[in-house]
Amino acid sequence: MTTVPVAGARETLTLTRRSLLHLKTNPEEIIELVVQPIVIVLLFTFVFGGAIKGDWRDYLQFALPGMLVQATLFATMRLGTALGTDFKKGVYDRFRSLPIARFSPLTGAILGEMVRYLLSIVVLMVVGMLLGFRIRTGVLETLAAVVVLLCFGFAMSWGSALLGLTVRAAESASEFAFLIILPLAFTGNLFVPTETMPGWLQVWVNLNPVTSVADTMRGLLLGGEVARPLMWSAVWIAALTALFAPLAIHRFRRRSG
Amino acid sequence: MTYAIRADDLGKRYGSTRALDGVSFAARAGEVLGVLGPNGAGKTTAVRILATLTRPDGGVAEVGGFDVVRQAAKVRKVIGLTGQYAAVDEIISGLDNLLVIGRLLGLPRETARLRSFELLEQFGLTEAARRAAGTYSGGMRRKLDLAASLIGRPQVLFLDEPTTGLDPAARDGLWDVIRALVADGTTVLLTTQYLEEADQLADRIVVFDHGRVIADGTPFELKSKIGGQVLEVWPANERDLGEVATILGEIARGPATVEDRRVSVPVADPDVLRAVVLRLDLADVQVAELALRRPSLDEVFLTLTGHRAATTSPASPAGTAAAAREAAAGRAEP
Repeated sequence: MTTVPVAGARETLTLTRRSLLHLKTNPEEIIELVVQPIVIVLLFTFVFGGAIKGDWRDYLQFALPGMLVQATLFATMRLGTALGTDFKKGVYDRFRSLPIARFSPLTGAILGEMVRYLLSIVVLMVVGMLLGFRIRTGVLETLAAVVVLLCFGFAMSWGSALLGLTVRAAESASEFAFLIILPLAFTGNLFVPTETMPGWLQVWVNLNPVTSVADTMRGLLLGGEVARPLMWSAVWIAALTALFAPLAIHRFRRRSG
Repeated sequence: MTYAIRADDLGKRYGSTRALDGVSFAARAGEVLGVLGPNGAGKTTAVRILATLTRPDGGVAEVGGFDVVRQAAKVRKVIGLTGQYAAVDEIISGLDNLLVIGRLLGLPRETARLRSFELLEQFGLTEAARRAAGTYSGGMRRKLDLAASLIGRPQVLFLDEPTTGLDPAARDGLWDVIRALVADGTTVLLTTQYLEEADQLADRIVVFDHGRVIADGTPFELKSKIGGQVLEVWPANERDLGEVATILGEIARGPATVEDRRVSVPVADPDVLRAVVLRLDLADVQVAELALRRPSLDEVFLTLTGHRAATTSPASPAGTAAAAREAAAGRAEP
């Protein structure tokens, strides 16, 4: 049965396409993925930037790598709601009554999310550069930064999937996710340098996975230390995936069986 | 004898409730099997097991000659499923909904397109093809859902309460579509809460109650088991209710029930109508409304089981088809 993996891949791509059709037809998604991150860049750069770094240009250079992490992190909230809605509406029952690979709806949905993260990252980089952000490294480092972000998004999307498949009301999945993700994003060094915070908070900030990812972004886009933050990012990405993916797959099996 | 659908002693428990408690039924190829029962009777659980979505705890089931547990992949190749709640993606267009299913079934892009347009045309959805399915009316969504289950030209089609919650016109439209499918030789298993629907569409009916099959037969057999019709009289003056009940009881030779402002009694012979009119006239009772109607699901259950169905269905005067349909629509449960 050598055709099975090929067929599974084709089904996954069909379902990825379906996920992206949502992006095409649902203006709310464009607001979440594109408009919201741009608003945050403008707000933080011009309102808080001067206060935090003395000059908004210096602040943009410091904060944009962090904002890329924040945009990716926020974008992961969608998957849980999307999966929960599909289960609730019976769309997954329909998929499961078809002769397709069992996990292709899940893999297709996750691939669709990855395309969204990429879109959000590219838009934010372009807007940042229009405002004066400058990448101080090369093309390879920039590509590596995008890959790390996508891996981080991949790991967090499993958490989102787990939440969406566990919470009964699909809509409240994103509210739960927001309650977890908002503090996570703001107790890292995404927007503010760690040194300005009280010592007890610095302990947590240095532990927070988003700090490792943001440091990796700064290293890869601006130059500076890469190895250590990259290693910690890899550890976090592996750990989060190892924790969330089996649980989410378990929930998926339960809900679909 | 080969059966397109065969269920033998199926059981399924959810916690301490027995959703299915050993049900057996079968449908020959090309036959329409109606599964009739109130909410919670186990109809949906049976469909989910047959459509490979749920595993039974006990018993065996075969669809198209394949075991639904051990040969689930093969079963999925021959079935189509339309659930109680229209399983369409509301954000994307009707056309895209069908294209996705077509591609998942392995149809080449162009074939999937042609098949999708063919079905949209057949169901009168061509104009709405490129609109988001979320903008469709309830009836249109059901049709789209049904179209999605037909893309792969299934041999066996499961329709789980296909008309629940639809308005009369949409329901009639869907009935026509189902009749056309049956004419093509598709085997259909249809669940419904409405005796009338089962009567209209099914070759044979099994009646479910509390996870068990309590009756089985052709619509004709079932109706003769249940008895004839129900006569209802609404006197113009409430004070006449007692007298009307006495008269109806005497003529029908059975106890008449008084409910709200209505007296009803089961009658075996529609000829009693003449006698009733005469007697009411002699007694100088003014009648606001008088009707002979088919028994409701509730009354079917009362006759078959001695208890009422879990759902309460308001009685419907069957004097006009429209009134009956209105009642059917009114019985729709969310």
